[in-house]
Amino acid sequence: MNLLTLTDVWVRYGRVPAVQGLSMHVDEGQLVGLVGNNGAGKTTTLSTVTGVLRPSAGTIEFEGKEIAGQAPDRILRHGLSLVPENRRIFARLSVRENLQIGTSGRKDRAKAKEDIEEMLGRFPVLERYHDQPGANLSGGEQQQLAIARALLARPRLLLLDEPTLGLAPLIVDQVFDLLEQLKSEGVTILLVEQNAARTVSIADRVYIMRTGGRIEFEGTGDELAARGGLETAYIGF
Amino acid sequence: MASRRPTSDSESRQEHTIQDVIQTAVDSISYGALYALMALSLALLFSVMGLMNFAYGELIMVGGYTMFILRDDSWVLLLVITIVVVTVISVLMERIAFRPLRDASPNTLLVASFAVSYGLQQLAYMTVGPIPKGVSPYPWLVESLDILGISVSRLSIITFVVTIALLIAVTAGLNRTMLGIQLRASTEDFDMARLVGVRANRVIVAAFAITGVLAGVVALCYVSRSGSVSPTLGQGPLLVAFVGGVIGGLGSLTGATIGGFLLGAAVTALQATLPTDLSSYTTLFAFSAVIAILVLRPSGLFARRAVREA
Repeated sequence: MNLLTLTDVWVRYGRVPAVQGLSMHVDEGQLVGLVGNNGAGKTTTLSTVTGVLRPSAGTIEFEGKEIAGQAPDRILRHGLSLVPENRRIFARLSVRENLQIGTSGRKDRAKAKEDIEEMLGRFPVLERYHDQPGANLSGGEQQQLAIARALLARPRLLLLDEPTLGLAPLIVDQVFDLLEQLKSEGVTILLVEQNAARTVSIADRVYIMRTGGRIEFEGTGDELAARGGLETAYIGF
Repeated sequence: MASRRPTSDSESRQEHTIQDVIQTAVDSISYGALYALMALSLALLFSVMGLMNFAYGELIMVGGYTMFILRDDSWVLLLVITIVVVTVISVLMERIAFRPLRDASPNTLLVASFAVSYGLQQLAYMTVGPIPKGVSPYPWLVESLDILGISVSRLSIITFVVTIALLIAVTAGLNRTMLGIQLRASTEDFDMARLVGVRANRVIVAAFAITGVLAGVVALCYVSRSGSVSPTLGQGPLLVAFVGGVIGGLGSLTGATIGGFLLGAAVTALQATLPTDLSSYTTLFAFSAVIAILVLRPSGLFARRAVREA
């Protein structure tokens, strides 16, 4: 079943079109990768889906309902949760408060409290520094916090924007392990990444985007390999 | 006998001085705390929505006129209604003037806040007129309280206790409640807060309501002390709180509060201690110090490293 469907979406910064007629979809239970060069329009796409930007044309449907142009806090309540580029954790709030605020969109306060404790159990680093300000965490720890914060919204679809950017190789491995673990738990994921090879290796389907948000390739890792792999796709513009 | 007279004179003068020093100290601390409340309010609005609200002073003016209208009623009624009226005006200010400009630049918001400020002042000129109205405080308030043989004005003590209690309450609310955490997150990164599900309208209205309650309390304490209300009543305290907030750093709630306290206390102390012919230069002295501080630390005394680097 299509969870998220974008149909002929256009996004402009002023008069400059950053995304031109993008169509893509994410099926329930899948991990979908969106890769492409810098400036291709990947972050713009996520910003538009989460309501930070308003598309100038096209439709964005989530579970069959049109969500394009709604406010970010409303879109979150539909079940889309974002792990943003550069993590953007709240540096002055404690680790625990960062997790608490992740439950802002939920009504089940008691269950949310339990989930916070469970999340602290799942990420021992967060448990250890739970009363420290978020600013005190290292980059990799902040990434865990950002993912935990997004998961506490109990999303139907988790969106991640470059979660391994600027992290040490060992930490990058941890992040990909975590993503695979989430996938095996049935979390639907749309992963935007620069690290195309790693993304292709764990994704059910990938989109390769080129400048202007145009889709160069769409399909499974095997289909990509049959077409000559990533290099051909990247060079074959 | 002749040798004892000068001694007792100097003793009494010394007592008088100690008395003055303590009264001035209590005044400075209690009015410093009052300015701290205002600076905290300004910082809260500024960091949540980028609004430097110069119309905040007019909330105090509105409170003053409410007190004037209710001057013959019971003090409980006066307290409650003044705080309610000021809070409602504060929330209406958001709804009517600032909500339509939610995504506007800080400059536009600043100009809008001046418009609201002058609009309310002109409304006061047209309705109640330019002549200050007397709001004589309850006789009980101005009586002196004897503490360990030193008499201190009751109003100063009450101002001190109430403002400190409010500062503690606001701090606790910001730290312990979900709404408080959402407000603090919004002061840091409003767009991200919305992305994790914080409702923009809810936190902004909450910010205006909280700062409205604080403005109501400031009006009660400030007007009880000044004893009269005029259309421009709010300008003086707003300027001190604003500059105090800038000294502390408007981006940090704690910093702004401390800055407001220090400048408010300094201004009150200078007013009391400068010789009569110099006391009209109080603001000159205070603001010279401010310029010196801002030259040395442009982002405020308590700006966080991260903020400065940004």
